[in-house]
Amino acid sequence: MSKKWAVLAVPVISVLLGLLAGAVIMLVSGNNPAAGYMALWNGAFGDSFYAGETLRQMTPYIFAGLAVAFAFRTGLFNIGVEGQLLVGWLASVWVGVAFELPKVIHLPLAVLAGAAAGAVWGFIPGFLKARLRVHEVIVTIMLNYTALHVTNHFIRNVISDGSDATDVVKESASLRSPFLENLTDFSSLHNGIFLAVIAAIIMWFLLEKTTLGYELRAVGYNQHASEYAGMNVNRNIILSMVISGAFAGIGGSMQGLGTFGNMFINSGFSGIGFDGIAVALLGGNTAVGVVLAALLFGALKVGSLNMPVESGVPNELVEIVIALIIFFVASSYMITWLLSRFKKKEAK
Amino acid sequence: MDALTIISLIVSSSLFAATPLIFTALGGVFSEKSGVVNIGLEGLMIIGAFTAIVFNLTFVDTFGSMTPWLALLAAMLAGGLLSLFHGVASIAFRADQVVSGVAINFLALGLSLFLVKLLYDKGQTDMIDSRFIRKDIPFLSDIPVIGDIFFSSIARPTIWAFIIAFVSWFVLYKTPFGLRLRSVGEHPMAADTMGVNVAKTRYIAVFISGLLGGLGGAVYAQSISLDFSHATITGQGFMALAAMIFGKWHPLGAMGAAIFFGFAQSLSIVGSSIPFLENVPAVYLLIAPYVLTILALAGFIGRADAPKASGMPYIKGSR
Repeated sequence: MSKKWAVLAVPVISVLLGLLAGAVIMLVSGNNPAAGYMALWNGAFGDSFYAGETLRQMTPYIFAGLAVAFAFRTGLFNIGVEGQLLVGWLASVWVGVAFELPKVIHLPLAVLAGAAAGAVWGFIPGFLKARLRVHEVIVTIMLNYTALHVTNHFIRNVISDGSDATDVVKESASLRSPFLENLTDFSSLHNGIFLAVIAAIIMWFLLEKTTLGYELRAVGYNQHASEYAGMNVNRNIILSMVISGAFAGIGGSMQGLGTFGNMFINSGFSGIGFDGIAVALLGGNTAVGVVLAALLFGALKVGSLNMPVESGVPNELVEIVIALIIFFVASSYMITWLLSRFKKKEAK
Repeated sequence: MDALTIISLIVSSSLFAATPLIFTALGGVFSEKSGVVNIGLEGLMIIGAFTAIVFNLTFVDTFGSMTPWLALLAAMLAGGLLSLFHGVASIAFRADQVVSGVAINFLALGLSLFLVKLLYDKGQTDMIDSRFIRKDIPFLSDIPVIGDIFFSSIARPTIWAFIIAFVSWFVLYKTPFGLRLRSVGEHPMAADTMGVNVAKTRYIAVFISGLLGGLGGAVYAQSISLDFSHATITGQGFMALAAMIFGKWHPLGAMGAAIFFGFAQSLSIVGSSIPFLENVPAVYLLIAPYVLTILALAGFIGRADAPKASGMPYIKGSR
């Protein structure tokens, strides 16, 4: 098996194993797996409305996945996408509500505000890692909860007067698209999907085709070698977290300017940031992989809502399947080992 | 309210909120001291809370007032079993331990909510009848002032949290097993050379962290939330993780940090009824545990260093 095939084999086998385990769980709990997965498929792609919802769900997943993947390539684990997404969401909505500008200025400004907020939230762990060698995983987890409480505080006490939600953003800052809504039978699909695809192309270009991207990847492979080669490791670490945070922040803008049109008090996390880890891992931390994995997870999430209705299977089954997929991808050592064993036997 | 009432109210509610965190943070200490990062504490608490509530609802007629205590044992077992998933992935399959921990969190939430829907046909369980209540400790609560502040209206699991914290300290620092466990987390190759079974020691440590994580979740569910839904455990596991780091990976430090975080949590709830604190926005108290942890890691509040080999799978023969 060539190396290219092996790269594809791990995610594909992981997904298949995850779905297989899901089928077993459905069987054991007295449900029909075929009916369950059929309902899942219908709920994700059954008609144009569901397809639109899947694409809409895919949009923030792409951004969250790109954020995690980008940091991963520089050898950093950004588990703080959830928090960066929240501050980005807040900043975009704030700009969207507070200003009165023509659309060509207002919309980009609101998206950039989201990116900037996410970047600032990503800068903190990047700086602490570069300067003080503090592990980014713990800092980003702590910043997630800080972001949750801080954004709730801002919504209730700063942007509104004790209300549980902000106003809806002005039309000039909205990503909503009547064209896409008509096309998909009035789903909540919005223009953000185009931004997400552009972002994926930008990430690919930045990492693979620029000097900066080369340095970032070099630092991810071997910090010491990069240092001896004259690269500024600390600067690259901070930059990677800032860019990663910016991606996550725009993911928040998608929620604020597109899907919901406002922001509300969150009692817990949306889960998009954590799902982003799964998306990045499954996508092999590449731009194309992230887009494909985001499509899969978007379909799983949206399709799962149809499972209780059509087949009586609780939609949480999909959470279990996603957890197992992450588990299998993380244990890729086992899969590649098994594959190599299998190959050896064939060779004999 | 007079000062004594206020202080005893704060102490009592701080310890109440801290108890689940103490158990779970101790679990984190065992796992990380052996070199296995455990982001899955949240998931272990979730599975513990779920198991305890289901056990409690199912067997309350059989066991009566003993039910919550037996539910703790069931929850510990569930947490221990789930943690073995994490153990197998991060020890045998050499998975990224952080990723595996994230998977544990997903799995616990998905699995428990899935089962709640199967068992009860709705999104959350009923409230439990038999729970841990706060009552005065006999004799000690009769001591003037001190008794009122520290020994009145204390839930029994709180006492156990203190006992287990001291037992953990003794096991980790005063027994051969503890020495092996710590050596495996600091320098697995050296430990292996000395004949310590690295994989086995790590499995045991991860299993203990599962027991304690499940225990923490069960105590939370049976004393604070009293039912199980998707919102029962939202971040307590991560706060326990923070307590473990703020306590510098030491059992007693983790206990102290957990009490401090419980204090911050209870202040954010009862603070509005206390004259001195009513003007402080709750957000400062809510984010205090997390911000303090970051500051502690950054070295502003004493240096906090993780065990050297934590997060790294041990591969025999590699340097």
